[in-house]
Amino acid sequence: MSFVWRRLLGTVPSLIGVVVVTFLLSHALPGDPAAYFAGPAANATSIAQIRAKLGLDRSLPVQFLQYIVDLVHGNLGNSLTTGQPVLTDLIQRLPASIELTFFALAFAVVIAIPMGVWAATRPDSLADHFCRATVSVAAAFPTFFVGLLLVYVFYFLLGVAPEPVGRLNEILYTPPARVTGMYTVDSLISGDWQTFLASLAQLVLPAISLGLFALAPIARITRASMLQALGSDFTRTARAGGLPRSKILVTYAFRNALLPVSNVLGMVFSFLLGSNVLIEQVYGWQGIGAYAVTAVLASDYAAVQGFVLMMAVLYVLLNLLVDLLGTMIDPRVRFES
Amino acid sequence: MTGQLQIDRLSLVFRTRHGAVRALEDVSLSIERGEILGVVGESGSGKSVLAYAVIGLQDPAAEVLGGRILFGGLDMLAASEQARADVRGRELAMIFQSPRTALNPIRKVGRQIEDILRQHANVSSGELRRHAINALARVRIPDPERRYHAYPFELSGGMCQRVMIAMALACSPFLLIADEPTTGLDVTTQAVIMDLIRDLSRSARMSTLLITHDLGLAGEYCDRIAVMHAGHVVEVASVEKLLDHPAHPYTQQLLGATPTPQSTIEGLTAIPGQLPDLRHDLPACRFSARCARRVAACEERPLPWVSIGPDHLVRCQVPL
Amino acid sequence: MRAAALARNVGHAFGENRLTLAAVAILIVLLTCAGFGHALAPYDPLTTDGAAKLLPPNAAHPFGTDALGRDILSRVIVAARLDIGMAISAVLLSFAAGLALGAAAGYFGGWTDRIIGRLMDTIMAFPLFVLAMGIVAALGNSVLNIILATMIINLPFYCRFARGEVNVRRELGYVEAARMGGNRAVPVLIRHIIPNILPPMMVQASLNMGWAILNAAGLSFIGLGVRPPTPEWGIMVSEGASYIISGEWWTFVFPGAALVLAVFCFNLLGDGLRDLLDPRRRI
Ligand SMILES: Nc1ncnc2c1ncn2[C@@H]1O[C@H](COP(=O)(O)OP(=O)(O)O)[C@@H](O)[C@H]1O
Ligand SMILES: [Mg+2]
Repeated sequence: MSFVWRRLLGTVPSLIGVVVVTFLLSHALPGDPAAYFAGPAANATSIAQIRAKLGLDRSLPVQFLQYIVDLVHGNLGNSLTTGQPVLTDLIQRLPASIELTFFALAFAVVIAIPMGVWAATRPDSLADHFCRATVSVAAAFPTFFVGLLLVYVFYFLLGVAPEPVGRLNEILYTPPARVTGMYTVDSLISGDWQTFLASLAQLVLPAISLGLFALAPIARITRASMLQALGSDFTRTARAGGLPRSKILVTYAFRNALLPVSNVLGMVFSFLLGSNVLIEQVYGWQGIGAYAVTAVLASDYAAVQGFVLMMAVLYVLLNLLVDLLGTMIDPRVRFES
Repeated sequence: MTGQLQIDRLSLVFRTRHGAVRALEDVSLSIERGEILGVVGESGSGKSVLAYAVIGLQDPAAEVLGGRILFGGLDMLAASEQARADVRGRELAMIFQSPRTALNPIRKVGRQIEDILRQHANVSSGELRRHAINALARVRIPDPERRYHAYPFELSGGMCQRVMIAMALACSPFLLIADEPTTGLDVTTQAVIMDLIRDLSRSARMSTLLITHDLGLAGEYCDRIAVMHAGHVVEVASVEKLLDHPAHPYTQQLLGATPTPQSTIEGLTAIPGQLPDLRHDLPACRFSARCARRVAACEERPLPWVSIGPDHLVRCQVPL
Repeated sequence: MRAAALARNVGHAFGENRLTLAAVAILIVLLTCAGFGHALAPYDPLTTDGAAKLLPPNAAHPFGTDALGRDILSRVIVAARLDIGMAISAVLLSFAAGLALGAAAGYFGGWTDRIIGRLMDTIMAFPLFVLAMGIVAALGNSVLNIILATMIINLPFYCRFARGEVNVRRELGYVEAARMGGNRAVPVLIRHIIPNILPPMMVQASLNMGWAILNAAGLSFIGLGVRPPTPEWGIMVSEGASYIISGEWWTFVFPGAALVLAVFCFNLLGDGLRDLLDPRRRI
């Protein structure tokens, strides 16, 4: 188990860096938070008052210490737009974003990995060229544009998708009682199939638009690492041993090919979390991305800062998870010390 | 004479972007039951291509132009892929150079042996493990119960090669193909591995095709030796005859280039010239360009097999 | 010999690979739009026309008109300058800064290396688009800050690449000789090391261009940087989004397609250049 602790410790420098950067983003840079907090009607004295109240008149190191103390107490400040504590706002909206990201990732993985494997087992065939073409085209489409195209085609033209009004059409359905905050899960918990299907239907288009961009890197790396694994010495040994094709493909080639795939997942998460913002904007999805966009446009400092911090922490944790998964696949990493 | 393995006039080319590589031409060989046959030649002479053709794992770019490979009663080139896969690992096994990369890096070695057993041997799943540990014990791996759980990266190169041999012999095959099994291992390990291969093949009456570029090694462990040059088998003879009375100029040069306990560095001679480019038009005798004894008849096709004595054949117009 | 090999690769990348050639041709068109957009556009991109609102594509307006009656074709053409300009400036800036930082880290090692490395790790600890949003939010909502943010999030790729390459080349004989000969660090770097790592870094840069375009357009799509009347592809898509529900597809499809085309061509060019430099990586 010691490798788990080692990995956990390894995230500490990243977390420290993240905290320092989010602090600097709002305290040391040209913009004046006090002026924003004071609002448009403020004069010099009221700004100074607010500055003192927020502790912005003290030296940077002191402010940083204060920031750390606040963080430890879960105090990310209050949002200007909602008037609520930022942490409350974020926690309220986080499940929506996680749900969307999860479905997007699932979509990308379910399509991309078989596609990569399929192409790798038939190098230079029509299937292979098709896979590579799809990958290069998908990589060129901005997520928000894909989102809009899908709405246009599937909602406006074909009428098969529900109206893009966010997580649930609340005129027709009531959101399920909150347990996890994810509508699909919560509606299942409360046994409400109608709401479950409705919230699933709302998820399909945003998840696909978000997942499409993640598809390209996963398919590309699956194909490349699968090709390498299939051409490897140990696959040759397996074939010389007369093992069945399925066994060679799965146990020998694919499991080894998963290692590079898990390495690229970090980059995929970076895409997904970033593009989340854009997709939530397109689909009116009430997650932390849409919250952040409103905050950025309203110069709601504390909210933006809290959002960036939360995304970064989420990203560090996801990377940790991927890292641990990689360790499960590869004994070599587990034993190195 | 029906051997365990019989290769008749096998010709094989690789279709590449830069032209056809004539990797094997009219190769004929046979191995008797329980015999160790060495295939010797410089690197690039086609030894591995021959081995892969026998086991049916040749590159997709390979095309067999003619000839037959008979293994037991099975015509390996005409058989279905399914029939060949059935034979592989059970009756016909192969071990490779660089054992460390030849094993699946993320699977316990014991499990890799079990994979073979499960496929070919009539072993219940409860017994698999015991059989795998037995296979490890048979190749004299110390503490086989513990080694069963080892991953390849935890083992030395020599240990990995023993595991490979354990895998290859797990189902007691009739023929073992060993393609440079000790290249890259240190000298002591090399001797241990070769002794192991010889002992196991003697005790199981298994035939062995030992591929090596080291004529000295082949001389020590084989019963008969076939010398290959540029895709041709140029001489086949028992070890004694081949080493004492080489008939092909190339064999003679190989011998001159092989260190023995008595020879000195100065006494070794390099083989002049290099292997011809197999993509170009080649003369009837592919060695003629490097040969001091070349005569006009060397251009004549077909290149004859000349019998020098019982069980001693050479493909040369002017044998020594 | 090397010249012949290079010629063969050029032949492969541009002759055999007609796709790269097509990409280059389209990029030339796009760059021409970026350079002379105002002269090429049939209409003024800002002039509104109350009588010609939301016209579908027709002979006079091949891409149709938007809600204010502006010609979408003209706006798409003129926008090329801002979109490609933002991406090129960001990529050039991170190229230069990444090269300098990476070269310093790789050449001096030790603390310089550790500090720069930690800095880059910290940037990479964020989902990059989120970091870019945070930077623009903090520095202020302007085009310049979009460029700066895009530059910062691209920095680690160049920096790490340059560091690795310098690290390897530092130990090579001719560099060692120059150092032993009493040459100082910066001249050695400039004369002996950097010229050799420029080509692979340029491949990196062209592969990176597409991503930079997507990023900058994404930021302006959510309303950062570029202000409304200014023609820019991201913001045009965002403005057109309101008319999807009523079916006026041309308002967002054409600027979006322009984005896709630009990104796609830069990616193809990057792939082509990579093949040119290193045919082994052709997969
Ligand atoms: N897949 C292939 N494609 C083209 N040529 C090949 C291929 N495999 C082997 N060859 C050629 O066949 C010849 C014999 O190779 P090989 O059997 O590997 O030599 P060795 O005797 O060292 O084992 C070489 O000239 C090699 O270049
Ligand atoms: Mg070989």
